[in-house]
Amino acid sequence: MRDAEEGSESPPSQMSGDGPGGSGGESESDRWMPDLRGGNGGGGGGGRWAPPDQVLENVLESVLEFLTAARDRNAASLVCRSWYRAEAQTRRELFIGNCYAVSPRRAVERFGGVRDVVLKGKPRFADFSLVPYGWGAYVSPWVAALGPAYPRLERICLKRMTVSNDDLALIAKSFPLFKELSLVCCEGFSTHGLAAIAEWCRYLRVLDLIEDYIDEEDELVDWISKFPESNTSLESLVFDCVSVPFNFEALEALVARSPALRRLRVNHHVPVEQLRSLMAKAPQLTHLGTGAFRSEPGPGGVLSVSELATSFAASRLLCLSGFRDVNPEYLPAIHPVCVNLTSLNFSFASLTAEELIPVIRNCARLRTFWVLDTVGDEGLRAVAETCSDLRELRVFPLNATEDSEGSVSDVGLQAISEGCHKLELILYFCQRMTNAAVIAMSKNCPDLVTFRLCIMGRHRPDRITGEPMDDGFGAIVMNCKKLTRLSVSGLLTDKAFAYIGKYGKLIKTLSVAFAGNTDMSLQFVFEGCTRLQKLEVRDSPFSDKGLLSGLSYFYNMRFLWMNSCKLTMRGCRDVAQQMPDLVVEVMKDHPDDEGEMETVDKLYLYRSLAGPRNDAPPFVNIL
Amino acid sequence: MEGAATDVEMNLKATELRLGLPGTEEGTQKAAVPTPPSTPRAGSKRALLAGGEEAKKPSAAAAPPSAKAQVVGWPPVRSYRKSCFQASSKSKAAEPAAPQKEEASSAAAAAAGGLFVKVSMDGAPYLRKIDLKMYKGYRELREALEAMFLCFSGGAADGAATVNPSDFAVTYEDKDGDLMLVGDVPFEMFISTCKRLRIMKGSEARGLGGATRE
Repeated sequence: MRDAEEGSESPPSQMSGDGPGGSGGESESDRWMPDLRGGNGGGGGGGRWAPPDQVLENVLESVLEFLTAARDRNAASLVCRSWYRAEAQTRRELFIGNCYAVSPRRAVERFGGVRDVVLKGKPRFADFSLVPYGWGAYVSPWVAALGPAYPRLERICLKRMTVSNDDLALIAKSFPLFKELSLVCCEGFSTHGLAAIAEWCRYLRVLDLIEDYIDEEDELVDWISKFPESNTSLESLVFDCVSVPFNFEALEALVARSPALRRLRVNHHVPVEQLRSLMAKAPQLTHLGTGAFRSEPGPGGVLSVSELATSFAASRLLCLSGFRDVNPEYLPAIHPVCVNLTSLNFSFASLTAEELIPVIRNCARLRTFWVLDTVGDEGLRAVAETCSDLRELRVFPLNATEDSEGSVSDVGLQAISEGCHKLELILYFCQRMTNAAVIAMSKNCPDLVTFRLCIMGRHRPDRITGEPMDDGFGAIVMNCKKLTRLSVSGLLTDKAFAYIGKYGKLIKTLSVAFAGNTDMSLQFVFEGCTRLQKLEVRDSPFSDKGLLSGLSYFYNMRFLWMNSCKLTMRGCRDVAQQMPDLVVEVMKDHPDDEGEMETVDKLYLYRSLAGPRNDAPPFVNIL
Repeated sequence: MEGAATDVEMNLKATELRLGLPGTEEGTQKAAVPTPPSTPRAGSKRALLAGGEEAKKPSAAAAPPSAKAQVVGWPPVRSYRKSCFQASSKSKAAEPAAPQKEEASSAAAAAAGGLFVKVSMDGAPYLRKIDLKMYKGYRELREALEAMFLCFSGGAADGAATVNPSDFAVTYEDKDGDLMLVGDVPFEMFISTCKRLRIMKGSEARGLGGATRE
């Protein structure tokens, strides 16, 4: 999944000074409003610009074109007014990490030439059913604003937003040059909306639908048939999450007339017989999502493994995924491409270690590997021995419960650390872990940027020593000097957070669950993690005191999420009162629970220039 | 079905072994409260998920859930992944590439393979086998067992043919080989770890099986 570049936005205390000049009625009247649109009165110097300034600005714009990273652009925009203006006109990618942090109107007023918009909506814990349905993150107001403002818009990437079919239709009709649509973990749309995109976006290159929830509908639309009938510009078509049946003949024909197609990920309605046909029509594919990877014999009979292997041998594949209902007998068919594979996603394939190991042993160039924990410690040892170039490993649980058997443990983690020294990202679900294995990884994998360890049993200590997991995570923050993302689990005391605060200076995202003993944990984190952007906490014994220890840091963060801790309304109101540029949302699990009016089940606070949102549902109380 | 489980949990809370820091109980209790699913209503996949995740918790808000009760959103595996996975594991047993609606039917519904376990009752001359997937919850299971073994309960002191629940305890052997009392864990978890059932009676059972009836 493509992770949008994490550029940090400027904190509001600086952005507010740079707000658009003039337009009446803005409430920030006590802030200095620079005169940014030459010709408006008021503000700093007023009046027209002398020609030399204008020349400078043109030159500046040409230079600033080359700045692409959002952080660099934010910095450039703060230099002075003319730099601010030049930057605003030349920014091509608009990254909005929290759709409620700024109003659409304000964003389009500042930036004139945007071609590419990235918008993120719900907090990440929404993925785990912790954010009730109907919370928000509607893309509609954004599409309505972007349409008129950026007719040349080419790319939209949305993550955790609510997107309706009407929104998709409006996107399709608003942007004649539209090229790329990525919807990640979104919901609210169905094949009707997809049909609009296919039909109206004649220059579409990318349609990536990744882990979205497709609405059920009574009448499915044959959206695949709606693509242009002539050759298309399609480079990437990812729709494995669109789990309804589709018109396969239309897909075959589409693939045949899309010479630029490099990525194709189909849903589980595609058996190997059909997969083979697709591969034959698109020999230039480099990324393939294989659908069901089992046989559903058509008129041609059952496809043999060797026939399928021939298809793979003739391909140029680098990335394989899918395997949704995999029949292990067909696995050997991918052996011809294994040696070239850089990315392999078996995380939806329930395969045993015996079935996986022969495949793994062929994948010497693997950089990204997603797999279920059925791979076992043995399978991970095979990975360690074979994939010395591995950068990313994700091990998901087959049975995501606390009491399940869990086939991977500290043994597997240790093995990986010993074989994969270039590891940068790890996500590891297990039932048993030791500090020793985590410490080993911290020493053997110094390039780690993301370390997410989920010991599924709550409060589980080191399985050998019985100690808390403090030292393990402490070693990670100490030794992995590039670490920016950390998820902790297991039995953890305040000591772990003292380490995190002391050593985790680059951490941007921290996820905490069932951890810590006192409010000191929170305080350590707020005071120590100077680059902290996103903090999400659940079921930890942190009270208002801990919350308030973060007051002077909240404006530097994108958001704070806390659920099932020990917060009360009083503490949250304190925060809301003292921090006017924060939006403080509280939610109760049971809206009609009269019993404890003061406890706060869920807190979501975020800095914002837009003030309290007007689309909040009844169960959200904005303080 | 959750009601029966709740009663058992309440009775056994004092004897429960639990690993956790002091003061964490409130956390786990809170977390066991069902929240409305975060995903759109009608999706059958999500309904399965909602049924699987949220509905596992005891419906009676008064009953404090045991530490083993499932918690919303934990472990943190995306709902999307969980629901896809349950769908695909069912369709493995059934037709390949089955349409979504079929795959998303409740986990308790019959799939192509059943989950047959032996049931023994102390003193009965022969064992029975039942398909755990046929039952939606503990109450149905108990009723089925009682019906099955009614004929063997003759010989109770009062000579009546009715089964006196306090004389019986339904236990099971789990994956680790331990003898466990039926009813502690959510039903879904139970059927995934249960290897065989054993109905204990007489002195061994007294006190264990008490007050399991609603």
